[in-house]
Amino acid sequence: MPQTNVEKKKKFRSAKRMREIMTEYYIEAKTADQTGKKVAWITSGGPVEPLIVMDVIPVYPENYGAMIGASHMGGDLCAKAEALGYSTDLCSYARADIACALEDGGPIGGLPKPDMLVCCNNICGTVMKWYEIQARLFNVPLFIFDTPFCHVGFADEARRYARTQIDEYIGFLEGVCKKKFDFDQGMEVGRLSLKGQRLWQEVLDAAAHRPSPMTAFDAFFFLALIVTLRGTDKVVDFYTGLLEEMKERVSQGISAVENERYRLLWDNLPVWYRLKWLSDTFASHGACLVADTYTTAWCGSMQYIDENDFIGSMAEAYTRIYLNIGVDEMAKTIFAMIDKYEVDGLVMHSNRSCKPYSFGQYDIMRMVREKKDIPCMMLESHMVDERSFSESQALTRIDAFMEVIRQRDS
Amino acid sequence: MDILNEFIEVAGDPGAYARRIRASGRSVIGCYCSYAPEEIIHAAGLHPIRLFGTRGDSGIAEKHLQAYCCSLVREALAESLAGGLDYLDGTVFPHTCDSIQRLSDIWRLNTSHGFFADVVLPVKLTSESARQYLIDVLKRFKRELESSFGLVITKEGLGSSIRTFNTIRSCLSEIYELKSRNPGILTGSELFSIVRASMVMDREELRGKLQALLRKLREDVPGREGRGRRLMLVGNACNHPDIYDLIERSGGQVVWDDLCTGTRWFSGMIREEGDPLASIAGRLFERQVCPSKHKSPTARGEHLLAQAREHGAQGVIFLYLKFCDPHSFDYPYLKACLDGAGIPSMLLEIEDRLPPQGQILTRIETFTQMLGPETRTAFTGASQTGREG
Repeated sequence: MPQTNVEKKKKFRSAKRMREIMTEYYIEAKTADQTGKKVAWITSGGPVEPLIVMDVIPVYPENYGAMIGASHMGGDLCAKAEALGYSTDLCSYARADIACALEDGGPIGGLPKPDMLVCCNNICGTVMKWYEIQARLFNVPLFIFDTPFCHVGFADEARRYARTQIDEYIGFLEGVCKKKFDFDQGMEVGRLSLKGQRLWQEVLDAAAHRPSPMTAFDAFFFLALIVTLRGTDKVVDFYTGLLEEMKERVSQGISAVENERYRLLWDNLPVWYRLKWLSDTFASHGACLVADTYTTAWCGSMQYIDENDFIGSMAEAYTRIYLNIGVDEMAKTIFAMIDKYEVDGLVMHSNRSCKPYSFGQYDIMRMVREKKDIPCMMLESHMVDERSFSESQALTRIDAFMEVIRQRDS
Repeated sequence: MDILNEFIEVAGDPGAYARRIRASGRSVIGCYCSYAPEEIIHAAGLHPIRLFGTRGDSGIAEKHLQAYCCSLVREALAESLAGGLDYLDGTVFPHTCDSIQRLSDIWRLNTSHGFFADVVLPVKLTSESARQYLIDVLKRFKRELESSFGLVITKEGLGSSIRTFNTIRSCLSEIYELKSRNPGILTGSELFSIVRASMVMDREELRGKLQALLRKLREDVPGREGRGRRLMLVGNACNHPDIYDLIERSGGQVVWDDLCTGTRWFSGMIREEGDPLASIAGRLFERQVCPSKHKSPTARGEHLLAQAREHGAQGVIFLYLKFCDPHSFDYPYLKACLDGAGIPSMLLEIEDRLPPQGQILTRIETFTQMLGPETRTAFTGASQTGREG
């Protein structure tokens, strides 16, 4: 069927560029053994900037997990991990990646083998276990950046511990790469990282406009670069272009969801194998998911970064990210997003794959109802294991939820 | 044996014991984790007690926790919300797994048991900076106790507590060793009760009782070799004493464990010289590691194999609470370690209740019968019955 003009207008020009960049990136990573570059596997919330300084290619099993989910390969790979003895209740990113690493299955023929592993536990304890497994499998050095959990505030001793580990991390990289760390370049990479984060925040901010030029589903797609390549020119150039596109859309009145009537906030990681279905289902109700807590996490702790001392201040920024804080602190972030994006309802993804993100959601929901008086709903899944998702159940819930929102509107 | 009955009584109703302590004028501080710095609580003149949750009924926690949360966390919250912890004057949450981490938040926001502290331990137990951080965390915890309860914890007080806990730990270790060599001296559920009561009882009283029990057990040793295949139990917190009876009825006997409510809790001694907080930190740093902490990628496998060999385990039962991520991630690796050494293992994953008795008995029986004939002789070392790989 030919695309209508409306549909054409809705496509982002930047999407093509983004695919090109990601393809180049994965080609470079997959040919590292020929170019002599080292590859580090790193967690999604990990401090990538020192790797960029050392000219090490960062590879993200979690980004790869998202690819697996989006290509509907998660269920099969998770089942393979289960056959190896991994419980079906474990994180589906981890299960899929563990199966891929052993069998070279999955998209793009698997990830390039790591020369080192960098694990930052600011997102969960799961990554520590996951990286232990890969450290045994690949028998390569493992660095754990241990970011003390900040239930309330950031204790002095946690600050010292986190800061000291940046020095240890640099020492670790110098040992594995057998060269000195260039602190001047560290400043430059830090500057680019911060610039990229600011641009990413501005892109997300564009959704505050009514009607919103983008949805959270677009954000889930465009997120890949700020996760994988922050600290490089490429990211800055790309998000500069994407931001321009957002501004154009706003000025031309292009809305991501036709006849946007309701604006919703998404909590937790995406359901990677039902992005389009969820997007279409909400859009059929005139509802746009304008923002989400997940993609905001990659620019949510900028206030702790000292532009003139990136390497010195990054420890705090990495420790105080969205997931590494108490439930009440997370709720405050959600309140602020509800106000900023003028949200009519909250959709919580109860993600069986991510306990630290999901436990506490019921309490946040109660607080949101009390403080913000908006309807909330919950959908349950394993984020890349499509066997766990019930479309009919989700549809019933979404319909009922939208009915409540409609009634309040009238 | 009278002393043994006292342990069994306390283990059967820890709340009743804790209420008596509180009635005597001492504040009771609860915790769910083997990493809780109990020595500091004790040195403050407060009473540290391990909490286990209300078994099998966590319905009231459903308003706060999804169904894919482990039963320990759900039952812990349920017990508090249902008013079952009215004897507490405070709770302490050492940082361990993702679920306990969030339980701490939910607890802080929804319950009121007086004093509350997160003890945000390092996860990585390998570097000097982590050790220093751990010492600093303990210092903070000590200050928080002091200011909340309006007291001073002295170096002498800490030293005395350390000696008490060291004696308790060495008694428990020796009881375990005796049971390993002569499994007939205690049934599995008796040993379970001793350890559980040790997490609950006044520590001075406990020290005396354990020493008395040990004297009795040493006399009892001859002729108590016990029956059944020698098994090791590996897992998280065990809240199911029935499992020991089932194992024994199935032709097995538990001779050693790697449990949160077992050796992981009492393994390792604290240095009695030097700065007490640094010494307490030292033990937490060096002790047998919980899977939610990191020592090395292979630390737990090496430890399991060493223990299985030392205690001549003919088989290993992994007893896991469903939805326990840290243990579940380790399982394939630990099983492979055992397979490589020719030690068979089985996995029992349980939710809040044990599966129906007939079913679980059949499963354990099938496993134990696979392990060859029962050992009827006393065990004196790995060389005798250990199946070296």
